Amino acid sequence: MATTLATAADDTAVAAHAARIEHVSKSFAGPAGTQLVLDDITLDVGPGEFVTLLGASGCGKSTLLNLVAGLDRPSSGAITTDGRPALMFQEHALFPWLTAGKNIELALRLRGVPKAERRGKAEELLDLVRLGGAYGKRVHELSGGMRQRVAMARALAQESRLLLMDEPFAALDAITRDVLHDELTRIWRTANEDAPATGGLSVLFVTHNVREAVRLADRVVLLSSRPGRVAREWTVGIPHPRRIEDTAVAELSVEITEELRGEIRRHGQH
Amino acid sequence: MASTDTTPAARDGGDLAGLEAGLDALETVPEGRTPLRRTLLDKVLPPVLAVLLVLAVWQALVSFRIVDDPSRLPAPLDVWDVVRRSWLQGELLGYIWTSVSRGLLGFCFALLIGTPLGLLVARVRFVRAALGPILSGLQSLPSVAWVPPAVIWLGLNNSMMYAVILLGAVPSIANGLVSGVDQVPPLFLRAGRTLGATGLKGTWHIVLPAALPGYVAGLKQGWAFSWRSLMAAEIIASFPDLGVGLGQLLENGRNASDMAMVFEAILLILVVGIAIDLLIFSPLERWVLRSRGLLVRS
Repeated sequence: MATTLATAADDTAVAAHAARIEHVSKSFAGPAGTQLVLDDITLDVGPGEFVTLLGASGCGKSTLLNLVAGLDRPSSGAITTDGRPALMFQEHALFPWLTAGKNIELALRLRGVPKAERRGKAEELLDLVRLGGAYGKRVHELSGGMRQRVAMARALAQESRLLLMDEPFAALDAITRDVLHDELTRIWRTANEDAPATGGLSVLFVTHNVREAVRLADRVVLLSSRPGRVAREWTVGIPHPRRIEDTAVAELSVEITEELRGEIRRHGQH
Repeated sequence: MASTDTTPAARDGGDLAGLEAGLDALETVPEGRTPLRRTLLDKVLPPVLAVLLVLAVWQALVSFRIVDDPSRLPAPLDVWDVVRRSWLQGELLGYIWTSVSRGLLGFCFALLIGTPLGLLVARVRFVRAALGPILSGLQSLPSVAWVPPAVIWLGLNNSMMYAVILLGAVPSIANGLVSGVDQVPPLFLRAGRTLGATGLKGTWHIVLPAALPGYVAGLKQGWAFSWRSLMAAEIIASFPDLGVGLGQLLENGRNASDMAMVFEAILLILVVGIAIDLLIFSPLERWVLRSRGLLVRS
């Protein structure tokens, strides 16, 4: 099987998929021989779609995200993305030697935005995550939630059509996480309102938090562990705005959690 | 779905903004400056007291005739007198300038050589395997050891002084940069790569700024080594035509058996070394660390 990491050539056309993962496997050489981490994963993320990847430890969800981001190559299979995806980590990964605004400007600069436009764009993006006054703030002067919002603004500065998120809210307290869920939903929906003009924004979001997955996603993909395989998928039809404590969110979460526990139990049996 | 499409972000928009503003306000800790009086009490007073204590003990040794021989231990006031006299004769600044200009110029050369060398060792695997151990080894070799060969190769002149400074400072600067690069969190490199900072762009925008704290620590140590090796070179290779620096002053004092002059030279070497560190390297280091939130206020 050919291993390719292609990028959609035509930038203006809306691609049929924001990301297409076809029969992707990944193995690492470990102390106990070669270890298969991802086994034949096939998954599409549609334009404007919000997909969460859910799974217990060892399901290779972060590995899959690294493959889609192009930070690593699959052992076999092919991954196609609509342009270079933006990536957000669990840690904010902001550069401490730059201010909040300059972090965003670096992303713009590396994308080739002319110097004269950078400052204005950076301030626009900070306004978007409601941190209008934080341009000159150093990273250590911001709270955890503010840092993740700046990181979100920096990822958005890449103007990528696909945003990859690797448990970005896992390290935050529950109240802040809840607020950032609202924020992410708002930004994602706003970006897709005028989708034909901008190409829209698709999100591939990795988490081990079932409620979070249901709260945010159009589609929840459950991965089994060791090796990671697509175990089951759910389409979430709950209308927005959603709340994490909504009954509909809770009901689907219970169903998915049952399935997830079943997957985990399998590992204790042999 | 239809009902929600008509109210996109409007329904929870204003509410969310207020909530976020509240959270931000609650979680941001205001930072104040330490008042000047506090700085004076905590940072300036203790070392001043320590110096006064040393002076008092010194004076006591002389006054109570515990050491009763001015050619072995001159009184603090006698030393002060020598310093004052050379100031009034206009020679003091000359001694200092001769050494400091040599030291700083040599250090700048060391910077120009050590920085690219460190970057090469840090980033190119073959160069690292080849030169890494040699650089670490050179760092532990006292640079005084280079004075005799430098004199033989280059003769008694300024280039010999610079050679000794370079051999002392280049390994420190290069090693500082190497350890700075090694300590760059892998997360920054990954974040940089997703933003498109690869190759030289990655080195310039991510690796170098991230390695700055280690690099500055290397510079600081490099200066200390430069200054030491220069003094050693000046003492060993004193030659009238070279101009009198602080090392030569010390050697002249020894030749004249003038203990006050020897003390004068030692004090000046100490004071100049500390002053350069306090005026250039410490502020640089503090600025680098503080701007990254790495300097915890005690």
